[in-house]
Amino acid sequence: MQKNNSLWQFFASVKLALVILCLIAITSIIGTVIPQKEAAEFYAANYGPRMAQFFSILDIPDMYNSWWFLALLFLLGFNLIICSIDRFPGVWKQVNADGLALTPERLQKMANRSSWTSPGSVDEVRAALLEKLQASGFKAGSRKDDQTTILFSQKGHWTRTGVYMVHASILVIFLGAIIGSLGGFKGSVMIPETQESSKVFLYDGKGVEELDFAVRNNKFRIDFYPNGMPKEYTSSLTVIEQGKEVLTKVIEVNDPLTYRGITFYQSSYDPYQDFVVVVTTPDGEEQTFIIPFQQQKAWTEKNLKFGVINAKVLGQSIVSSKLWFSDGNDSPATVWIDDGAEATIERQNGTYQVSAKQMYATGLQVAKDPGVWWVYIGCGLMLFGLYVAFFMSHRRIWLLLTPNGDQTEVLMTGSANKNRAGFERTFENLGELLKGNENQA
Amino acid sequence: MDSSQLLGITTFTYLFASFLYIGALLFRSNRVGVFATWFTVAALVIQTVGIGLRWLESYQMGIGHAPLTNMYESVVFFAWTIVILYLAIEWKFKTRTIGAFALPLAFLAMAYGSFAPINKGISPLVPALQSNWLLAHVITCFVGYAAFAIAAALGIMYLIKSYFGKDSGNGDRSLLPPLKVLDDIIHKSIIFGFIWLSAGIITGAIWANSAWGTYWSWDPKETWSLITWFVYAITLHARYTRGISGKTIAWLSLIGLLAVVFTYYGVNFLLSGLHSYGSN
Ligand code: HEM
Repeated sequence: MQKNNSLWQFFASVKLALVILCLIAITSIIGTVIPQKEAAEFYAANYGPRMAQFFSILDIPDMYNSWWFLALLFLLGFNLIICSIDRFPGVWKQVNADGLALTPERLQKMANRSSWTSPGSVDEVRAALLEKLQASGFKAGSRKDDQTTILFSQKGHWTRTGVYMVHASILVIFLGAIIGSLGGFKGSVMIPETQESSKVFLYDGKGVEELDFAVRNNKFRIDFYPNGMPKEYTSSLTVIEQGKEVLTKVIEVNDPLTYRGITFYQSSYDPYQDFVVVVTTPDGEEQTFIIPFQQQKAWTEKNLKFGVINAKVLGQSIVSSKLWFSDGNDSPATVWIDDGAEATIERQNGTYQVSAKQMYATGLQVAKDPGVWWVYIGCGLMLFGLYVAFFMSHRRIWLLLTPNGDQTEVLMTGSANKNRAGFERTFENLGELLKGNENQA
Repeated sequence: MDSSQLLGITTFTYLFASFLYIGALLFRSNRVGVFATWFTVAALVIQTVGIGLRWLESYQMGIGHAPLTNMYESVVFFAWTIVILYLAIEWKFKTRTIGAFALPLAFLAMAYGSFAPINKGISPLVPALQSNWLLAHVITCFVGYAAFAIAAALGIMYLIKSYFGKDSGNGDRSLLPPLKVLDDIIHKSIIFGFIWLSAGIITGAIWANSAWGTYWSWDPKETWSLITWFVYAITLHARYTRGISGKTIAWLSLIGLLAVVFTYYGVNFLLSGLHSYGSN
C-alpha cells in the first residue's frame, strides 16, 4: 500500500487511536453494569422482552466476546501495526544516525554548548577525550576534515524504540490471548475423595474434555482459623497415566498442579454425609472404607465391624467423629477422633490404628492455556518499554576540535531527545570532567 | 498506644496539615509553609508507625499479614502514598502550593477510613487472598492511584488558574504556579501513575491466573481498572497529538481520578463481582 495513500494515513493516525481507545473504554462500561452470561430469561425478566431482544442482537449478554467488541480490539491492533510501520523506519534512522555527518555549522547552533582551550595538538587532545568519553559510558567515534576534527559520542540510542516496545507488547498480549482461546480450554470437575476422573466439564456449555490421564483425589482438608473462618483448602492429587501413578502433589488455593500443560486449581469443595475411615490391623494391613453416617460397615476377612455413630459439627464441617468399633471378641469400643486424625484401639489380639474424617469432594478448576506465556512476555515487555520510553533518553555529545597554535580549541555541544533539564546537568558534569582532566594532563 | 489510635490521630494531623498549607498559600507566608512541611513529615512518621504497628499486631494475633487486605487498610495506604508522593514533588519542584490541594485528598481518604461504616478490624485472610502477588497487586495499584490523585489535584489548580487569571507572566504575584509548570507536573504524575497502574493490572492478572487459571475474566473491577488505564493512555496520546490544550489534559486528569474512585469504591458497592469481598 502507498504510504501517502489516504486510507493508509487514516489507519496510521493517532487521532484514530484516540477514537478507538475512547470507544473501547466507553463500551466496556456496558458489561460492568449489565450482568454478563446470564440465561436469556434473566434479561427478559429484568429488562423486558423488547430490550432483551435488542441485547441479544448486539450480544450484550456476552459483550466482551461479541463480534463488535472483538472488532474494536482488532481495529486497535491494526491501527497500532499500521502506525508503527508508518513511523518506525524514521525512528530507526535516528537510532542509527551518524552523528559525525553533522556540519560544524549545525553544531554551533545546538542548545547546549561549552568551549575551552586545551594544551596539545588536535590528535593528542582527541585521543585523551575519546578515552574519557568511553570511560563515562559513551560510545565514541571521530572524523577528521582538513580544517576540523569532530568527535561524536552517544548513549542510549536504542531507547528511542521504547514506545514501540510498549506498542508491540500490546500486540504480543493479543497474540497470547488468541493462542489461549484457540488452543486452550477452561472447565471444572468435582472429584470425591478416593476417586479419580479424567473428564473436565467445560464452561459456557462447551461440552466435556476427555484427558489422556486421570487425576485422583487422595485427600481433601480444610483448616480453620480459631474464629471459624476457613484458612486453607488443600487437596492431595495423584496423576494416573495408563494405570501408573506418575505424580502426586498437595495443591492449595494459589498453588495449583500442572501436568502436560493442564493446570488444576483448588476452587471449591463439597462436604458429604459420609466418612472416610482407614483401618490398620495389628499385622499392618490397611484398608480405606467409605461409610455413610450411622451405618455399619464390615471388613469380613478380618471379622471387623465399625461405624460412625456421632459427630461434632462446626458450620458445615465435622470437627470430630465418634467411631464404634468391634472385632467380635471384646465388647465394642467407642472413640472420639478429631477430623483427619488417627486413634489406636487396643484389643486382645493387638492394636488397631483407625482414622476417620468427613468425606469431601474437591472442586477443581481446570485450565489449559498455551498462550499465557506470550501474555506474560508481553506484560514484561510493556513494563520495560514504559520505563525506557519515559525514563531513558538518547543523549548525544559532539566535540569540535580546531588547532590554535600548539593548543586546541574545543567546542562541546550536545542534545537529548527527552528530559532536557536532566541532560543539562549531565552535560555540565561531563564538560567539567573532559575539561578538568585535560588541564591536568 | 495501638495502631488504631495512631491512625486515628493521623486523620486529624492531615486535616491540620491541609489548613497549614492552605494558610501558607492564602497568606503567602513562607514560615507557615515551612511549618506545614515539617508538620506533614511528622504526621507521615506517625502514620508509618501506625501501619507498622498494625502489621505487628496481626502477627501477635496469629494471622500475620501485611496491612493491605481490606477497604480500610487500603484507604490508609492510599493516604500514606499520596503524602509521600506529594512530599517528593514538593522537594523536587520546590513548590508548596500543591500541598493545599494534595493534603486535603490524604485527609479525605483517612476520614473516609475512620468514619465510614467499614470494617476497621484486622481479620484473617481467606485462602484466595493469601498470595504475594496480591500484595504486589495492591501496592502497585495504590501507588498508581496516589499519583493520579495528585495529578487531579494539579488539574484542579490548573483549571482554577486558567479560569481566573490569564497566565499573566507576573509569576511572583500569582498564588498558583504558572500553567506551564502545572501542566508539566500533571504530565509527570500521570506518567508515573500509568507505569504503576500497568504494573498493578499485570500483577493482578498474574494473581488471578495463579488462583483460578484465568488471567483476565472481565469482571467489573478488572474492567474498570482497564477503563481507568485507557483514560490515561488516551491522555498521554492526546498530549502527543498537537492541538489538545493543557485544559483538556487537566479535565482528563479529573475524569481519570473519577474512574479510579469508581474502580476502587463504586465497583464494590454498586456492582458485583469477584472483588466484592474487598468491601467488608
Ligand atoms: C492501549 C493501547 C496503547 C498504549 C497503552 C499506548 C502507550 C503509549 C505510550 C505510553 C506512549 C508514550 C507517550 C509519551 O511519550 O508521552 C505512546 C506514544 C505513542 N502512541 Fe501509543 N499506545 C497505545 C495505542 C496506540 C495506538 C493504537 C496508536 C496508533 C496510532 C498509538 C500511537 C502512538 C504514537 C504515534 C505515539 C508517540 C510516539 C512518539 O513519541 O514518537 N498508540 N503510546
